[in-house]
Amino acid sequence: MKASTIVGVAKPMGIVARNTVTETTLERPRQNSSEVLVRAENVTLQYAARASVVTATWRVNFDVHYGDRYILLGQSGCGKSSLLKAIGGFIRPSEGCISIRGAPINGPSPERMMVFQEFDQLFPWKTVLENVIFPMRARSWTRKDRIERARSFIDKVGLTKFANAYPHTLSGGMKQRAAIARAMAIEPDILLMDEPFAALDALTRARLQDELLRLWEELRFTMLFVTHSIDEAVRVGSRILVLSPHPGQVRAELNCPASGGQSEVKDFEQWITSMLHETNSEQVAEGNAV
Amino acid sequence: MTLVSDNSKRHQYIAANVVKPTSARIVVPRSAWSKIFNNALIRRTVLMLIIGLIWEGYAIIVANDLVLPKLSSVLAAMWHSSINGVLIIRTWHSLQTLVVGYAIGIGIGHVITTLAITTRVGSDLLVMLTAMFNPLPAIALLPLAMLWFGIGQGSILFVLVHSAIWPFALNTHAGYLAVSDTLRMAGRNCALTPFNFVAQILMPAAMPSIISGLKISWAFGWRTLIAAELVFGATSSGGGIGWFIFERRNDLKLPDVFAGLLLIVIIGVLVEGVVFRLLEYRTVQRWGMMRSV
Repeated sequence: MKASTIVGVAKPMGIVARNTVTETTLERPRQNSSEVLVRAENVTLQYAARASVVTATWRVNFDVHYGDRYILLGQSGCGKSSLLKAIGGFIRPSEGCISIRGAPINGPSPERMMVFQEFDQLFPWKTVLENVIFPMRARSWTRKDRIERARSFIDKVGLTKFANAYPHTLSGGMKQRAAIARAMAIEPDILLMDEPFAALDALTRARLQDELLRLWEELRFTMLFVTHSIDEAVRVGSRILVLSPHPGQVRAELNCPASGGQSEVKDFEQWITSMLHETNSEQVAEGNAV
Repeated sequence: MTLVSDNSKRHQYIAANVVKPTSARIVVPRSAWSKIFNNALIRRTVLMLIIGLIWEGYAIIVANDLVLPKLSSVLAAMWHSSINGVLIIRTWHSLQTLVVGYAIGIGIGHVITTLAITTRVGSDLLVMLTAMFNPLPAIALLPLAMLWFGIGQGSILFVLVHSAIWPFALNTHAGYLAVSDTLRMAGRNCALTPFNFVAQILMPAAMPSIISGLKISWAFGWRTLIAAELVFGATSSGGGIGWFIFERRNDLKLPDVFAGLLLIVIIGVLVEGVVFRLLEYRTVQRWGMMRSV
């Protein structure tokens, strides 16, 4: 069985050792826990199918720090969405523990707002403004405050003109913007994003990625972002957890090149690609052996 | 023929500047006829008139008031019975009973479906009860109801409630089950109590199914009520439209019988076309859950 620590990831020659990961580390380096917002320890997630139990992730460890743009990256079947839902409180781990600010997670909470991939996540019976206000029932803000705050976040995502529109009149990109505004406006501890841009066209996706980064520059929230796109991971993230599939396990935990030249970013992406391919071919080999 | 075309010979074009059309006629006004036929009310009224004319013509050919009275004499009979107040009182009586029974039925239906979606035992109960009672004709319970509640309002209400609950509960429950996981999770993310989760998320999300449940229950209730009144007819003191029809048939006043039937049809059309139409317009159509008809 592969260990869940990072072993033997061959770095390409071109990469400068900017990443803190060293190839010989067997013990996970534990950072100062006061900076840790979300900690996943030995998290195993399983789904009970009719006849058997399907393991989505197996003993996954990671820490999300305050202000992280933390990416869960992997192909389909690596359990990245399941991990996000477990942090959201929608799934209970069958082994291990997920904690936020040191307290174990137990059930969904407005402190961990999710943004989904699907366009139907907005409540169709509420206007954009009403959608953004709705989760604020969890806060003790006055009605005036809520409206003001909702409007300011609707402005931030560029939907000012559409505040009173019903979701079915919006385009896909606008719906995702509204969903992001709704999740951010109540100022949760962490924003959980489940491939929020995956169903958008490439142009809109690139624009929304930039807008998200701009919002982060402004507000410095903590977010956990699931994606299968290496390109998106490197573009949006500050730290990337690479997961290998069937069942999902940690393959690597990397720091994104903060301000690299284009070639450096390309090398970094290629490195991740090769890592993911490596896992694939290993699996094929395992499959043949059986 | 080559598969790759030679682009060097093709003309390229880049617009100097893209001007948004302001004066151009993007919206072309419809012609007068097209406007008229786009109005569903006008279309349907025309259809209704044609059917009425066919009725009138056929009745003149048959020329026997005891088989098929003319539409004109039916309307006249309706006018007379309304003027002397009999039909109005009867209709008022029927509608009163119907609204009370319907409201109780829908209320119980809501309680059952809310229990069913929040608890497992509730869901088992709902599935079992609808399977048992939905196929059971309400009118078959009437003899039993008469034993329990006596002859009169109580028995009619009982069968009315029975006929309204099950179609509504069945439709509403199916609607709740069809609410997408994404919407459910988005709702659960907002720290709602189970009751609020049903009232604020599931209910509006399942509105199309709920409205169709309301419509079916209304129709079932109406049918059951008239049928029960026909059975009761002879002994009920203050009867409804069913009693009116029964009474006039005994006197062989066929135009009055038809007038009673026509009135039931008219009330049905009004409730469907005004009450439910308005409800749909204010909810599912505004929310983009249903196309406009």
